[in-house]
Amino acid sequence: MGFNIYDFSGMTHNMHLWFSERMSPTATTIVEWTIIGVSYMLFVALFGLFLVYAERKVCAAFQQRLGPTRVGFWGLLQTIADFIKLLMKELIMPKSADRFLYNLAPFIVMIATFLAMAVLPFAKGLQTLDFDIGIFYVTAVSSVGVIGILLAGWSSNNKYSLIGAMRSGAQILSYELSVSLSLVTIIILAGSMQLSVIVESQRDSWFLFKGHIPSLIAFVIFLIAGTAETNRGPFDLAEAESELTAGFHTEYSGIKFAFFFLAEYINMFIVSAMAVTVFLGGWMPLHFGSFESFNVVMDFIPPLVWFFMKVLGVIFLIMWFKWTFPRLRVDQILTLEWKYLLPINLINIILMSLVVLTKFHL
Amino acid sequence: MNALFQYISTVFKGIGTLLTGMKITGKYVFTPWKHVTQQYPENRETLKMFDRFRGEVIMTHSENNEHLCTGCGICEINCPNGSIEIISKMELTEEGKKKRAIDQHIYHLGMCTFCNLCIKACPTGAIVMGQNFEHAVWDRSKLTKVLNQPGSKIAQGVKE
Repeated sequence: MGFNIYDFSGMTHNMHLWFSERMSPTATTIVEWTIIGVSYMLFVALFGLFLVYAERKVCAAFQQRLGPTRVGFWGLLQTIADFIKLLMKELIMPKSADRFLYNLAPFIVMIATFLAMAVLPFAKGLQTLDFDIGIFYVTAVSSVGVIGILLAGWSSNNKYSLIGAMRSGAQILSYELSVSLSLVTIIILAGSMQLSVIVESQRDSWFLFKGHIPSLIAFVIFLIAGTAETNRGPFDLAEAESELTAGFHTEYSGIKFAFFFLAEYINMFIVSAMAVTVFLGGWMPLHFGSFESFNVVMDFIPPLVWFFMKVLGVIFLIMWFKWTFPRLRVDQILTLEWKYLLPINLINIILMSLVVLTKFHL
Repeated sequence: MNALFQYISTVFKGIGTLLTGMKITGKYVFTPWKHVTQQYPENRETLKMFDRFRGEVIMTHSENNEHLCTGCGICEINCPNGSIEIISKMELTEEGKKKRAIDQHIYHLGMCTFCNLCIKACPTGAIVMGQNFEHAVWDRSKLTKVLNQPGSKIAQGVKE
């Protein structure tokens, strides 16, 4: 099996051949599905834990503290210890809760997260599903998660959970619009919804630079709306600690709480990865038109490293929002969406269309 | 038209204020050497508490084992929760006069709220706040301290 860190398509093809020689086609499919599933689950668990650790460290730095330092070197094992603690916690069922929906809700949230992750291109050839409607698929499945949140709030038999879930529903339904419209702006520029084509067409310059001001506006709107859609940052009024204890997951404990927690952080990763794929060139290295030697040096860094560098940069930006801005009220959130982001977005689409029509882009 | 200008200016003003906030927190996160948390047991040797830190009430003694306490009992009266007990005694001066002196300045650390009222009230400045903060002991009775050292006496020329 040839291993090339710049192009994984050969490796996956060779793996497929290797399995096909030894097994029946059905067994090959099952084995490949299992490998993909296990690797996604491992990725979610490990990267989720890392993001929780990173959030605690970054939050500490924003508040001039040090964060976890005791468990392991620099506190690196802190979240693993926390996770082990969560696994050992008792699963509590509230009195007269809707038993079936209460148990189902965390899995719906988790499934939505996994579905959205399936189309992300991590590197060349390292993409599980490559739909020709990739962006549309991501916006569609990422809104499935709100059903899980609403069910969790409804089935918990708790006023805080219900209020939190309703707020979360209103917020996600509103901001879904801005996310989609800012992605539409880029679809106009790219001329395709297939994520691999979008990444490939950013080889020379990223869409953030290619589309001038319209794509910069779209990027800012996508960041704001994406932060709102993950129920994070200044838009965390679905789980506002000071008002609703913990919002929709107030009554959850142990591993079910961990599912909500992990899904929240992986959703942040998905939003960042979408921002990176659509605006910042995905796993493509940074290229400047005529600097040949600079471009060669940038090509030398593997695409996986590029992808995760960019994703962690965007995640840092989202954390920066969270630990700087105070939480918005419900009316302020809806005002921001319907009176500011939506009209600006619609005008921005017209601007982008003009840019594409006049071939003004790079 | 005016409303449109107002709308656009609110957008830019909003972005401006958000960037101001991000600049301030960004300054915090990119100057990690200015972080205020201290790694306590590791830096125990070099740790210096702040000048105004109130660790415990102590009585200062000179190298001749002399203190400034006259035994007047004002600190005992001023203590809001009775953590100070003054036991005074009568001494004969050189002229043969009877004069009050301190026998035992008893300080209950376990009851003290570190309000600083006794130090403010002391007319001679005999007691001050110390910097020590590691007060954990195995037995509650160890928290009751006698502040004047054994065999110490009042310094010359201290008047009530």
